[in-house]
Amino acid sequence: MLPSFAYVRPTTLKAAVAALAAPGTRAHAGGTDLLGCLRDRVFPADTLVSLAGLPELVGVTPTAEGGLRLGAMTTVATVAGHPDIAARYRALAEAAAAVASPQLRNQGTLGGNLCQRPRCWYFRGDFHCARKGGGKCFAVDGENRYHCVFGGETCFIVHPSDTAPALVALDALVRLAGAGGSRVVPLEKFFVPPSADFTRETVLEPGEVLTEVVVPAPPAGARSTYRKVRARGAWDFALAGAAVSLGIEGGRVKHARVVLSGAAPIPWRVPAAEQALIGHRLDGATIARAADAAVAGAEPLADNAYKVPLLRCAVEEALTALNS
Amino acid sequence: MARKPRDNEHTCPHGVSRRGFLGSLGAGAVAAATLGRPGETAPPEVADAVEPSKVTLLVNGRRHRLLVEPRWTLLHVLRERLGLTGSKPGCERGECGACTVLIDGVPRYACLTLALEAEGHEVTTIEGLMRGEELGPTQQAFAAEDAFQCGYCTPGQIMAAEGLLRAKPAPTVAEIRLGMSGNLCRCGAYPHIVKAVRRAAEARKGGGR
Ligand SMILES: Cc1cc2nc3c(=O)[nH]c(=O)nc-3n(C[C@@H](O)[C@@H](O)[C@H](O)COP(=O)(O)OP(=O)(O)OC[C@H]3O[C@@H](n4cnc5c(N)ncnc54)[C@H](O)[C@@H]3O)c2cc1C
Ligand code: FES
Ligand code: FES
Repeated sequence: MLPSFAYVRPTTLKAAVAALAAPGTRAHAGGTDLLGCLRDRVFPADTLVSLAGLPELVGVTPTAEGGLRLGAMTTVATVAGHPDIAARYRALAEAAAAVASPQLRNQGTLGGNLCQRPRCWYFRGDFHCARKGGGKCFAVDGENRYHCVFGGETCFIVHPSDTAPALVALDALVRLAGAGGSRVVPLEKFFVPPSADFTRETVLEPGEVLTEVVVPAPPAGARSTYRKVRARGAWDFALAGAAVSLGIEGGRVKHARVVLSGAAPIPWRVPAAEQALIGHRLDGATIARAADAAVAGAEPLADNAYKVPLLRCAVEEALTALNS
Repeated sequence: MARKPRDNEHTCPHGVSRRGFLGSLGAGAVAAATLGRPGETAPPEVADAVEPSKVTLLVNGRRHRLLVEPRWTLLHVLRERLGLTGSKPGCERGECGACTVLIDGVPRYACLTLALEAEGHEVTTIEGLMRGEELGPTQQAFAAEDAFQCGYCTPGQIMAAEGLLRAKPAPTVAEIRLGMSGNLCRCGAYPHIVKAVRRAAEARKGGGR
């Protein structure tokens, strides 16, 4: 049985924002991550504020600038199956299709996918770890085969989302609505690394609702893909993965984004790999250089050194897939 | 002379008894069921933690007016309040699929759906796939292919298959595997499950929903 909580389902965004400003409240989107956290007592909630009464947060629509606006309450399944997304933002369609299981994609939302809490077994388990306000990260000296190889410092989670690395590679923006209006943040800046604050994963303030994700018009000669490696064929979180978005003109890479998943506490953009691509033809040698650059400086823990070649290969495979 | 079936004896032309399905329908379901009236007052927006709140759920075509606690999952309400025990609790964390039901025709996990969130949506459980006294085509296919051993995962498997086939009436084997990937079977009946879904697709071509 879940712990007790109150439940409200506001029918205006203003009312939802007002409800979420109260302490002890949590937004409920699809509930697939939230209810698991509540059941396992990862954090408490006095009141759940359901976003299901806000139909304006659902749907995929073109923007005036040639991009797409994706409402935060759009299901992951809709994102995975949307023809415009498949045609123009392939990395996102592939990432959404690789999320969890069919049932969870039917229920989980894009906003919830970006705001979901980490899957670290210490965080989810009975450990008062750093992220929960305790003094230490138990993964450093503990069981750490699924933990990060970049950006750990004080907490060694990996960011669990598949859509996040794809959307960062596509230069997505997110709109956050609060009491005083809304602000737009590049998705890359939405995620908070442990070095800045190890008790939160996003810049969302209490009372703020993620209302939409906007992907800008793709660059000239755009192609993108997401490669996810998991321990089994069916649903599982990424052991390693790579979202790559390129713009190729006149046979040369003009625009590049390389973002790793399963690698770091946030979707891990690797500018060095992007630099290794820009200005070059996308041939085997360039791809190998970029893949090497993508994992240079990795700092594996005792049990997760296997991730480094896995991440390198994910980048290599993603780039090779874009080379045809 | 052929013996006439007695009134209280259910026969099924496909050789599968529906005893188990009837047995799972508790008296609560009958007591709680009311006929839906159009224009019923809108549900309250706020539900207190202690005070149960009123909710109207549409399950297998019947409207049920219930008092639920906000923390009750749809799975809990189906089983413990409506007596629809076909949907099974397994992990209760979205990992096994035993609780799979259709919500607006699409497979979802009832263990991760609050009952209050199911309001205004059409819920279909394994009991709702019956065609009167007979098993529906997807249920028949699972029985015919022996697509289970202990049977615990089976209602969830069938609901996942039903949802898959409603969206994709003629799936390839790869699409079946993908569509069924949110349902675990501890007994490892997977090869038979895939066969059953193929058989169900065939059966539904002629007269299936
Ligand atoms: C078994 C299992 C396997 C999974 N596998 C994967 C996987 O492979 N890849 C993957 O990416 N994910 C996976 N997930 C995570 C899955 O829960 C998410 O992918 C899903 O999209 C979350 O969306 P939701 O709408 O259900 O979020 P919810 O559970 O409703 O919310 C998640 C969190 O975000 C907050 N939140 C939600 N929406 C908003 C909003 N609009 N504004 C502000 N805050 C918000 C909530 O308060 C909550 O803290 C898995 C989950 C399970 C249970
Ligand atoms: S009981 Fe719902 S998925 Fe396992
Ligand atoms: S038949 Fe036993 S778990 Fe599937």
